[in-house]
Amino acid sequence: MKKLLTGNEAIARGAWEAGVVVCTAYPGTPSTEITENAAKYDEMYAEWSPNEKVALEVGLGAAIAGGRALVSMKHVGVNVAADPLFTLSYTGVNGGLVLVSADDPGMHSSQNEQDNRHFGRAAKIPVLEPANSQESKDFTKLAFDISEMFDTPVMLRTTTRVAHSQSLVELTDREEKGIKEYQKNPSKYVMIPANARHRHVVVEDRLIKLKDYAESTDLNRVEWNDTKIGVITSGVTYQYVKEVLPEVSILKLGMTFPLPQKMIMDFADKVDQLYIVEELEPFIEEYVRSWGLDVHGKDTFPLIGELLPETIAAKMVQTLGDCSPRETAEPDQLQYEVPPRPPVLCPGCPHRGLFYVLNKLKVTVAGDIGCYTLGCLAPLKAIDTTICMGASIGTAIGMEKARGKDFARSLVAVIGDSTFIHSGITALVDVVYNKATTTTIILDNRITAMTGHQHNPTTGFTVKGEPTKEIDLVLLAKAVGVERVRVVDPFELEGLEKIVGEELAAEEPSVIITQRNCALIDKSRNNPYSVFPGACTGCLRCLKLGCPCIAKEGKKVRINLAQCVGCGLCATVCPSEAIRKEGSAND
Amino acid sequence: MTDITNILIVGVGGQGTILASRVLAGAVQMTGQDVKVSEIHGMAQRGGSVVTQVRYGKEVASPIIPEGEADIILAFEKLEALRWLPYLKKDGSILINDQRIDPMPVVVGTAQYPSDILDIIKKERKEVFIINGLGKAIEAGNAKTVNVALLGLLARCLKIDKKTWLDVIRETVPFKLLEVNLKAFEEGWNSFDR
Repeated sequence: MKKLLTGNEAIARGAWEAGVVVCTAYPGTPSTEITENAAKYDEMYAEWSPNEKVALEVGLGAAIAGGRALVSMKHVGVNVAADPLFTLSYTGVNGGLVLVSADDPGMHSSQNEQDNRHFGRAAKIPVLEPANSQESKDFTKLAFDISEMFDTPVMLRTTTRVAHSQSLVELTDREEKGIKEYQKNPSKYVMIPANARHRHVVVEDRLIKLKDYAESTDLNRVEWNDTKIGVITSGVTYQYVKEVLPEVSILKLGMTFPLPQKMIMDFADKVDQLYIVEELEPFIEEYVRSWGLDVHGKDTFPLIGELLPETIAAKMVQTLGDCSPRETAEPDQLQYEVPPRPPVLCPGCPHRGLFYVLNKLKVTVAGDIGCYTLGCLAPLKAIDTTICMGASIGTAIGMEKARGKDFARSLVAVIGDSTFIHSGITALVDVVYNKATTTTIILDNRITAMTGHQHNPTTGFTVKGEPTKEIDLVLLAKAVGVERVRVVDPFELEGLEKIVGEELAAEEPSVIITQRNCALIDKSRNNPYSVFPGACTGCLRCLKLGCPCIAKEGKKVRINLAQCVGCGLCATVCPSEAIRKEGSAND
Repeated sequence: MTDITNILIVGVGGQGTILASRVLAGAVQMTGQDVKVSEIHGMAQRGGSVVTQVRYGKEVASPIIPEGEADIILAFEKLEALRWLPYLKKDGSILINDQRIDPMPVVVGTAQYPSDILDIIKKERKEVFIINGLGKAIEAGNAKTVNVALLGLLARCLKIDKKTWLDVIRETVPFKLLEVNLKAFEEGWNSFDR
């Protein structure tokens, strides 16, 4: 049976078919749906781990104990998991372990566009790159076989286009692999220096064997055509090349580390001109150049951003003149301006009130990763820095240490509930331990909202929806030594402003927890609000909230009743009581 | 590339474009053709500009549609229709939901919402269909079925049986909302006149 699946759905299916017993992850676009789909299969344990390092540690524990384990994350998640990864390469596995790294060329939803093939090379583990959903499933299964065959973790590297594109996939049944026998083996699994020295030799031997494997595996294949031009490519870029350059010969690499040197040299030998078409980094190109081959790569194709079919065709024509690409359309030269449509905080979002207050108080805000990062955009413009998951609190400490305690009187760190658990908690420990006076605001909307509402240790539910113990953020903050901990409803603007002011003034660490359900899961819909035109003075203060339901109309404002969820924040900030609830008595 | 049909579904995050693309892809699959769908989401879910690309034919390689090569654009919002217009073939068709949703730069007054969008588009392309999708959805009994009403209009432009469409909607939409969605599809289907 063929089914239309995204790359992510196909990876989850592949894990199930491969007899995987444990799936772990921290949500992150474009990887999130792998675990959401894996959790639907009863045969596999699945979890949202607090962060990617823990996810990999749980996965490697399962693998060392003899079960097959799938660990998935977005590209920047691998940075967090890098510590166990590099040593896992030394210990090897027992049951197979596959680490999915979902990279995001074009930064559709990320803070950078790193190319994680570099991680595969640095950790000395094989890297497979599927080009569509069928390959996502097949390569996942094959990755488990390679993992067990060579006693190594394997990286399955996808990109947003593979993860989020749907194509047809042939489904098969699950093959139960059972749990391999576990034997205590400290020289393999206890990486004290004396043992690790021996294991490094094993890693290098393994790489040599993997290089041989790369030469013979079906993962790498040549599609012969006209030999005037040969293209080496991998991942979704292969599909683009196939579409826009139907005449060329292609060496499609399904395994990009280690590379099949002999295969590539043979291919290069048989074509007149060699091109390497790869997204982001010149990963394959640098190897090929180091072997003394003359190639076109990043001299022709862009290093930055997602590679598009039309770019590939255009650049080939520019350098070569005649490479008979399929005809592409003439770009439209229309002369009109289309305003951008950036994402915004949702109608009724509980973070809006806080950012309104922070903007009003003109404080410096060290931000973090989550929906609330959108608080940096106009009109709220309330965030000064955003680096990575969990960076806000540490950033604020550094700002205070550099500029002094007075600066800290107008400085806050903001961080979401899930992000706080992910990697904020350790920095909060640093606040207390190293005597900073930082004010930390935990934006607790009771869910991991940005990635589409995944549970986390503060919600009280697992990925399978089972009730579990819920972390008490107040007790947690107190336990690390913060004495001033306040909980506040971010819709109560007056109280919120007062509390923020008090905690900023306090010359000691404090935590404010703004607690209100994410607007997208809060089902208690209220009547919408509307503007009473007679009373509206056109002061436009409500527009400073950045609510997508409120728009300027002439000199006054109007509210889009279909979108408004009735949070009433606009009524709170209106100085002339012109915004009133629909159906209320004074209408 | 003539044997591949390229359809772009564009709109604003939260309008239901993804469900529409799933139904379209499902209907295509039932005709036995190869199909690929590409969607980008993440930040876009928060009211940003969203686009889904559906490609089908005997064999489809790339999941994305090059600029200027869409056969049909189904636009859930006027400004988004204009934004993605360069992707439409010179002789392609564009189906536009006559609805305006202001983006934040317009709301805060740093940008203008063009007042003559439909005129611009009509000048650039010949096959322009405009539908009051929200009206059709409300007539069907639920304002949230705009996406399926628009799908009904799109269905009239494609060579796929009506029964196939209805079967896929039955499989895709939750049972509770099936009746109203089937009605919305009919509203869209019947709004097509050439």
